[in-house]
Amino acid sequence: MHRIALTVATPDLDAEVDPRFGRADFILLVEPESMAWEALANPAREAAGGAGIQAAEFVAQNGAHAVCSGDFGPNAYEALEAAGIAMYRYESCRTAREAMERFKAGELPAADPPQQGRGRRRRR
Amino acid sequence: MRIAVASGKGGTGKTTVAVSLALSLLTDGAWKRAERHAPLFLDCDVEAPDAHLFLHPVIERTKQASVPVPKVDEGRCTLCGECAEVCVFNALAVLGDRVLLFPELCHGCGSCSLICPEDAISEVPRVMGLLEAGPADGLHFAHGVLNVSEPMPVPVIRQLKAWARPEPGQLTIVDAAPGASCPMVETVRDADFVLLVTEPTPFGLHDLKLALEVTRELGLPAGVVINRDGIGDRGVEDFCASENLPILLRIPFDRAIAEGLAQGRTLVEVRPEYRSLLSEMARRISEIVSAARSDTA
Repeated sequence: MHRIALTVATPDLDAEVDPRFGRADFILLVEPESMAWEALANPAREAAGGAGIQAAEFVAQNGAHAVCSGDFGPNAYEALEAAGIAMYRYESCRTAREAMERFKAGELPAADPPQQGRGRRRRR
Repeated sequence: MRIAVASGKGGTGKTTVAVSLALSLLTDGAWKRAERHAPLFLDCDVEAPDAHLFLHPVIERTKQASVPVPKVDEGRCTLCGECAEVCVFNALAVLGDRVLLFPELCHGCGSCSLICPEDAISEVPRVMGLLEAGPADGLHFAHGVLNVSEPMPVPVIRQLKAWARPEPGQLTIVDAAPGASCPMVETVRDADFVLLVTEPTPFGLHDLKLALEVTRELGLPAGVVINRDGIGDRGVEDFCASENLPILLRIPFDRAIAEGLAQGRTLVEVRPEYRSLLSEMARRISEIVSAARSDTA
């Protein structure tokens, strides 16, 4: 089944989006054709560290093919990329339903790779 | 005895107080007669160490600070995910067909290599910073320097304390990291006394309360230095009175002191009269520590 993960503040398709990927309260999983949805509490939201990585594992385990959020940190980006999950940014979307409509219309921008010089990289 | 100089708020004068406290004891006749060793000065603010700018140590010993991080043998790994499951810091993730390692999140606890059923994980050191030690104007000096962009100072602080051990009976003065989170806790946890440097402003008071909560949680006696005395309001004074927290020293808001510090001069160079005040403060701290020890004994 083809599913899209969205980070949201409350467990509902009409919920406000949460722009934080790793520390959003809920992950909404939506099937685009039927708009059938399921909401799961994000187990990473109170992680001591590495919340983005844990949230990436969680959406991968729940079979998401793409994920929409405000933006993605360098660690989350690397983890989601390794899992083969496409990343999209909410931009001005206010609710999960609105984000899904724009996703289906192909209007959500893909997330940019992390900037060089920030986050994870080789060190001396 | 180990005195940790801490604060909640940054920039209140921890280093100013710690450096001049150590230097004052060096020239205090009574203290020198009583002690076999010059004080050991430890700058544990590894994210932004600055005591060396005032003390000019001659570095004679240097050591790398590192944590052991996992290295996965992909030939043996079955992607079972137990390593990622056990890691509370999320430094490991099994995604796609490989194990991802996020080394800057790894605390080096070793759980992943212990739990791996295939024995596929070995540990390799990851250098995070540098430890340096040497004499400084008659003091024994050591500090840690966290590498730029490294997010985790605690392992460097822990290794600094293990590496630069005082002689038996030697007074250690520790310049702590600001704040009330892990680096501050790691710095003060094995101290005998925590000297909280604050300023008499609402910000100073807010962060003093946080720092005091930490010292009380750790069961450590504490006292306060009010720096830039004369600015702000009475909030800190009232708080200290209500909490029965001794105010051990006041340093006025004085342009000459600020100018001197900006030129790399110490408080006691600018205002030599603070030598005796700081020595006296050390004696009071010593009494408080002795009283606290006999209470718990």
